[in-house]
Amino acid sequence: MNTDTKKEKGAFGKFVESFGLPRLLITAFLLLLLILAPIVGADLPTQITNIIARFSWNGVLVLAMVPMVHSGCGLNFGLPLGIISGLLGATMSIEFGFTGALSFVMAILIATPFALVLGALYGWLLNKIKGGEMMIATYVGFSSVSLMCMMWLVLPYKSPNMVWGMAGKGLRTTISLEGYYIDVLAKFLRIKIGNFEIPTGTLLFFALLAFLIWAFLHTKTGTAMTAVGSNPTFARAAGINVDKIRLLSVVMSTWLAAIGILVYEQGFGFIQLYMAPFYMALPAVSAILIGGASVNKASITNVIIGTILFQGIVTMTPTVMNNMVHMDMSEVIRIIASQGMILYALTRKTEGSK
Amino acid sequence: MNNNTAKKGNFGNFLRRSSVPLMFILICAVCIPLSGLSPSYLVNEIVTRMGRNAFLILALLIPIMAGMGLNFGMTLGAMAGQIGLILASDWQIIGIPGMVLAMILSVPISILLGMFCGKILNMARGREMITSYIMSFFINGIYQLVVLYLMGSVIPIKHSTIKLPRGYGIRNTVSLLSMRQKLDNLIPLTIKGVKIPVATFIVIAVLCVFIVWFRRTKLGQDMRAVGQDMEVARDAGINVEKTRIIAIVLSTVLAGIGMIIYLQNMGNIATYSSHSQIGMFCIAALLVGGASVDKASIGNVFLGVILFHLMFIVAPRAGAAITGDSMIGEYFRVFVSYAVITVALIMYETAKRSEKKQGGEQLKQAQLEEESK
Repeated sequence: MNTDTKKEKGAFGKFVESFGLPRLLITAFLLLLLILAPIVGADLPTQITNIIARFSWNGVLVLAMVPMVHSGCGLNFGLPLGIISGLLGATMSIEFGFTGALSFVMAILIATPFALVLGALYGWLLNKIKGGEMMIATYVGFSSVSLMCMMWLVLPYKSPNMVWGMAGKGLRTTISLEGYYIDVLAKFLRIKIGNFEIPTGTLLFFALLAFLIWAFLHTKTGTAMTAVGSNPTFARAAGINVDKIRLLSVVMSTWLAAIGILVYEQGFGFIQLYMAPFYMALPAVSAILIGGASVNKASITNVIIGTILFQGIVTMTPTVMNNMVHMDMSEVIRIIASQGMILYALTRKTEGSK
Repeated sequence: MNNNTAKKGNFGNFLRRSSVPLMFILICAVCIPLSGLSPSYLVNEIVTRMGRNAFLILALLIPIMAGMGLNFGMTLGAMAGQIGLILASDWQIIGIPGMVLAMILSVPISILLGMFCGKILNMARGREMITSYIMSFFINGIYQLVVLYLMGSVIPIKHSTIKLPRGYGIRNTVSLLSMRQKLDNLIPLTIKGVKIPVATFIVIAVLCVFIVWFRRTKLGQDMRAVGQDMEVARDAGINVEKTRIIAIVLSTVLAGIGMIIYLQNMGNIATYSSHSQIGMFCIAALLVGGASVDKASIGNVFLGVILFHLMFIVAPRAGAAITGDSMIGEYFRVFVSYAVITVALIMYETAKRSEKKQGGEQLKQAQLEEESK
């Protein structure tokens, strides 16, 4: 009996260790919120609809972390670079007069070459500075966002739906997607029961991309990528061109980020320019970490679990808190939980790093 | 022959090290005439900003000495300083005594935060910078928790002028009218229309002397040893972890005091945003002055303040003059601040890698020589 409980404790302890204490706390917190929601009078189906909707918006952005983590480039704090490619695609697609679903397809097509070129440059840079990727990625993101702030003003956009009405030039800070690709994915096969809604199309789109990444990681090149990430010296000895694989992973991440922001916009309904992409990397980074990824290990499952947990907390906390204590502390809780998660991941010892 | 290449390398190194300041001198040289601002206005502004920022930037020097890179966690000290100021202004202690009280209040908070930050950084060795950067966001969350929810409800705040109308939490701006420029104007001096904040400069000078003295102490020497090579330092019997924590604590405390000096010049606190940008601007200014991630001197600080803030003042005007849109200049200076940090980080990392390679090649050569013997 006594030894039995000891054993159980050991197993539990092991579980906590492998799962990570912060992750456990966050899961418990979300469960608590879900239980509290109906008690304090929040409508549970609406809440769950919100979580699923937000999951579908953000899934691809979080997925964009996976290739770079796999090849050992660390967490992609340079996500804004890919987002900018996506924004260029989105604004140009509207500028060229495409509407409806076609504007979404064109946005992806136009964004792709930008993402490939910027991603290749970014990957080339990251190959020069192995070991310091994360800090430099952060600042590459910041510099590119602030550079684009000038560009949005200067580039010769003309579409009256996008430029400032008075001056007739310079893009607005937010551009409505009404008439363009708002909800274009979400509308596809949408399931609606009372207050409960599932944006099937967006989820399918995410599933398709996730499947492609999963399949890619199981090809020869994909396995090579994992090998580079877990042990670069060994990979080099095995005849893998480390730099080339890393470059490929960065290009993939950047492209996924470009697609990710387009998916986000179709759900959100607006294109946000200027300083909006600035801090978009941090929620994606903390989401994948909450899902169980570490600085050099990440899977599709981590992406799915992490996005649900993170977005769950983001949507549930304000409503539950407001109904319970009439005090909106959600912003503070979100900051502490997400940044705390990133800090935790950074302090873990990782094997084979450097 | 060998000597010659070494000399060339030195010159190249010099160019590389001073490329950022040179670039900035160029930018300023182009922008100043375009902005149309008078020299006396510029000198006045630069002197004011020197007094406002130099102390904060000096706080960055010690962690660089200890090999911990740019301390993005200096924001922690800034938050401690702001808490000190909020409390001091609530207790209505005015003028210099109020500032001193705020400093005294900020020090224990800074020490606690610095110790926490140092411990975490010891666990994240090799990626100190990104960790201290995320740390500043994390502590910002806790700062908001304290200032927005606990102040007024748990921590007593008496005066409704700084409290939010709902009864707890601090307003978005806290006026420091009673302390405004009290230190700057303590010893008034105006030379040819340029107002010089003598007392502030004296405080800054004292800190400079302290840093020079500190480098020569046992602790300072230890820090430099740790910065050079952690393993060698450990073998020499230095407590590496403790030394690193002390470096961060010192930097945080200095940043707290620096923030109070900064805010007394500004005259009010933007409770939820004053601290968030301070780290970025200070680091950018230091790098513009020619510092790198592993080497920075007091000279870099002052050169950096002058060049960076000169750019900061003239860029919007020059941008407006060229393009007819003032926002362009506004975005331009933000872009330049980030770009400078990016370039400096890239140069540091590439230099580190080529050094490693050079070390390897030297070893190879030495081995070859050994064999030929």
